[in-house]
Amino acid sequence: MWKWLHPYAKSESAYQLCKTLLPWFAISAILSLVIGTVWGLAFVPADYQQGDSVRIIYIHVPSAILSMGAYSAMAIAAFIGLVWQIRTAYMAMIAIAPVGAMMTFIALFTGAAWGKPMWGTWWVWDARLTSELVLLFMFMGVISLYKSFDDKLQAGKAAAVLAIIGVINLPIIHYSVEWWNTLHQGASISKFERPSIANEMLWPLLINLLGAGLLVGALTLKRLQNELLRREIHRPWAIKTLLKEGRS
Amino acid sequence: MSVLMAVFKRDMALAFRQRAELLQPMLFFVLVITLFPLGVGPGPDTLQKIGPGVIWVAAILASLLGMERLFRDDYLDGSLEQLMISGAPMALVSLVKVCVHWLASILPLILLSPLLALFLNLTVEMYWALLATLLIGTPLLSLVGAIAVGLTVGLQKGGVLLALLMLPVFVPLLIFATGAVDAAALQLPYSAHLGFIAAMLLLALALAPAAIAYALRVSLS
Repeated sequence: MWKWLHPYAKSESAYQLCKTLLPWFAISAILSLVIGTVWGLAFVPADYQQGDSVRIIYIHVPSAILSMGAYSAMAIAAFIGLVWQIRTAYMAMIAIAPVGAMMTFIALFTGAAWGKPMWGTWWVWDARLTSELVLLFMFMGVISLYKSFDDKLQAGKAAAVLAIIGVINLPIIHYSVEWWNTLHQGASISKFERPSIANEMLWPLLINLLGAGLLVGALTLKRLQNELLRREIHRPWAIKTLLKEGRS
Repeated sequence: MSVLMAVFKRDMALAFRQRAELLQPMLFFVLVITLFPLGVGPGPDTLQKIGPGVIWVAAILASLLGMERLFRDDYLDGSLEQLMISGAPMALVSLVKVCVHWLASILPLILLSPLLALFLNLTVEMYWALLATLLIGTPLLSLVGAIAVGLTVGLQKGGVLLALLMLPVFVPLLIFATGAVDAAALQLPYSAHLGFIAAMLLLALALAPAAIAYALRVSLS
């Protein structure tokens, strides 16, 4: 696998890979998000207790899961960068960070909007909400540390160390609903045994989850492309690519 | 070993020669805590309720204030670079530096804490719990904070950034520490909370020195 993966550490081939993958990710993200959202909002029966407000689950749960997924992806990229000294891994790390921050914000925002009618409050200081908020701060921290260095290689290394420290927060978020007695409900779909959610509600949720994952992938690929071009702007391949794509 | 001893003695001497800088975080700590009774009203019950949290938050802020000094002077006069090329194990050297920092600028805060417990009307049980959490929690502050200081030491505008990076990481510590004091206020056992903090401290003790050394190496490259 390493022989196959290693050439992509080179910035030019990484750029080409992003360019090839991007349309697939973008199109299937849009398709599955449209299908999942329309199915969830219009065709799934309303919940017998929560009524129509349960439909926000189709945005809330995928964005919450993806916020943690994006953080893990960022930390893995950071780890690869630190261990194998691959420059493009740092670029991937910083390409994911704002996308993950956005997902975290969406999860918090939709959670607040859902909490108001159901719990009667926008915000409670419960373990899961607080740890998700800390996750947002960790994303912000990684981004602002990266931005404050002028030498971007040094910036990548420093931000990578911080990103890896923040991984400790992920299990806390995931298990917060089990370790503490929280207002936030327990897991409904990530159990290995039978999920405790009705099948007709589960399917659009899974489709939206896939769509959100693909969306994160697509946005990251586009950001990585830009980052590669920005960093390598003096290299012949970047100039050639810019000229060629600018013309077409 | 002799290098570590030398670093310890030198840093201790340096810390105690800059008395004003040693005193500033302590004054800040006391002042912040004085503001709370004035801000939320001097009702003894209110103060007792918010007391542990206030003392802990003030301790975190005060330790962040003094934290920058940990590597900055050594970085500016070049002695950090000399240490790095001296061949001494950098992880152990940074552990010694963190120890000195804790002894010189955090321990005084803990020594001040009986006075502050009096200000905020804490009961005796609450005070013992607070003291225990401060004693095992603040080394964790220093160890984890030192990683961020190592990362930002080369930057001109490190101050606020340091707080931004570190405050989210200190959230679990704050939760367990104030949880312990709250339990003590109700005369409940709080050894589980202390156990959690101690576990985090041991984990940090094992991993943080290597991370600090790596951070310093990144900053000096």
